[in-house]
Amino acid sequence: MSAPLLEARGLSMRFGGVTALDALDLVVGEHEILGLLGPNGSGKTTFFNVVTGLYAASGGQVLLDGADITRQSPQAVYRAGVTRTFQRSRLSLPLSVFDNVVLGQTQHLNAGLLFNLLQRKALRQQFEQQVEQVHQLLQTFNAGMADKLWQPAGALSMIDRRRVEVCRALISNPRLVLLDEPSAGMTHDETAELMDDILQVRERLSPFTIVIIEHEMGVIQRMTQRCVVLNYGKKIADGSFAEITANAEVQVAYLGQEEAP
Amino acid sequence: MSDSLKNNSRLVAASAAVCAYLWALLHAESQLAVGGLLLLAPLAMWLLRTRGWLAPLQAEADRHPRLLGGLCIAGVLVLVLALHEAHFALLLLSTVLLYTVVCLGMNVQFGYAGVVNFAGAAFFGIGSYTAATLATHTALPHLAVLLAGGLIAAALGSLLIWPVLRTRGHYAALVTMAFGILFKNFLEVNDMLGGPQGLRIPGLTLLGWQFNQNIELDLFGGIEISFYANYALLSLLLCALAFVFVRRVERSWLGLAMDMIRTDEVAAATFGISIVRGKVLAFTFGNFLAGLAGAVYGMMTSYVAPNNFTFADSLILVSIVILGGIGNPWGILPAAIVVLILPEKFQFIAEYRFLLYALLVIFILLFRPDGLLPRSVRRYFPGRSQP
Repeated sequence: MSAPLLEARGLSMRFGGVTALDALDLVVGEHEILGLLGPNGSGKTTFFNVVTGLYAASGGQVLLDGADITRQSPQAVYRAGVTRTFQRSRLSLPLSVFDNVVLGQTQHLNAGLLFNLLQRKALRQQFEQQVEQVHQLLQTFNAGMADKLWQPAGALSMIDRRRVEVCRALISNPRLVLLDEPSAGMTHDETAELMDDILQVRERLSPFTIVIIEHEMGVIQRMTQRCVVLNYGKKIADGSFAEITANAEVQVAYLGQEEAP
Repeated sequence: MSDSLKNNSRLVAASAAVCAYLWALLHAESQLAVGGLLLLAPLAMWLLRTRGWLAPLQAEADRHPRLLGGLCIAGVLVLVLALHEAHFALLLLSTVLLYTVVCLGMNVQFGYAGVVNFAGAAFFGIGSYTAATLATHTALPHLAVLLAGGLIAAALGSLLIWPVLRTRGHYAALVTMAFGILFKNFLEVNDMLGGPQGLRIPGLTLLGWQFNQNIELDLFGGIEISFYANYALLSLLLCALAFVFVRRVERSWLGLAMDMIRTDEVAAATFGISIVRGKVLAFTFGNFLAGLAGAVYGMMTSYVAPNNFTFADSLILVSIVILGGIGNPWGILPAAIVVLILPEKFQFIAEYRFLLYALLVIFILLFRPDGLLPRSVRRYFPGRSQP
């Protein structure tokens, strides 16, 4: 495995009496695509929320490229180069595709009060530059998306909304992208199409690191180089897709005792 | 300019018609006249729609926002001229314009950033009381007094924002309601601020110009212009400036951040937007406008009392924003006209006027649930690079 980009050391997250993450040790290598699996409630999304600073970890550490980002604000984690998508799409539906994608560029947008109110010319320059950049990414991601730049996100189909969410996560050239069940709410074919888009854009732009939560085994098999399986917030398996599917403990966690072949 | 007037003759004609309508409405006294004018408005809308004239009109207005702004300003100027002797009509016109300023600020607060404010009248009142105190007890130039009204409202608002930031939705609304009620009660028991009787405020003097004196002109054998015309013009200026700045907030990265905060705080935070900063900026900006307008209003009516700034007044402000179409600054002016002028025009049915007026508001929202002029998709520099 290449040098670690993200490292969780003894990471714990407790909500009252419930332990969602239980002393989890997890390493993600640079340029790797890691699949994160586990039954419902096994702590996958909680892991994303702790890494991105939405939840403050109850214990342990998260390191990004060696730097401690545990309990940092979501804003700080974003600036450190981690972006994500959400299981239930979190787009602002009344706003345009451009607005939703350019949100991913927050760190490059001048938020100064006087700049925004008084320097309309400079703002316009920055705006046009961003339009160009967003347009280009959409074009690269999926040629059909570029025409929808000014449509409200609410007018898009499910798969296009997912595309917008992924583009929002990619526009800032992040080091680590966390994809939380991108297939949710889509058909099998649509999911395959979206994965094609992600793989080809990764080929063309940069080999960014991905952690992907997914229930569809076909997606995991095709996308990932390595998989980690969680159950009750603990890591129960770590290895290639073939290895983890052959793992007895994983089969029990997924299928229950009696069905294990 | 003359070319754009010629090419957009529909827009110009419509503005002239609206201007004439408002003049008639402000003048109308008898039941027959008011009733007729009230029926005329929906009838005209219906005619415009069925004849297919509404769409091109909207397109023209969309394509030339500056022309539309210019026409509005010209319309108010014409109204001021036409009503130059009518004290009450001009007072009403100025009130509409000042309330529009407050509602433009509230539009930033909950139309963009999603920070509800049910204490709008309190911030308006803070402006009035600041003006009363400073103009009576200090020799500050009145321009500074007006600005101080806005600044003190903004400063007190930044105290209120802390509990508001810690709560969400209905609870945040409750916090602002509590503040509004607290403010009124505080004024009633505070003898230094005049208690329930309130305070007198000297009239405004800007750059040596006394606002509270009627203007006498030696034209056409002597014309007297009501002193309220002064305030109407000042209110118009404030209204235009507020509109420009609210538009600029909306159509910038700040506006994007606020819209994102309103629609999805989690997504906004995940992509680096500071929730606290966005909300504080929106809240402070809105309260500044409310305080500024309140200071002018106080000096115009030359008298402030706690009863002018009750929770009911805050509700009127909120209803103007909702009736106009949340998030669209263009909706506020027509909504303010409906909410402020109609109850005055129903004087002849005495206490039933609020009933009738409430029915009318419900009726409008029944047919236009998103307000008179709903907000369209966000834009930045409409015209060139965007469809």
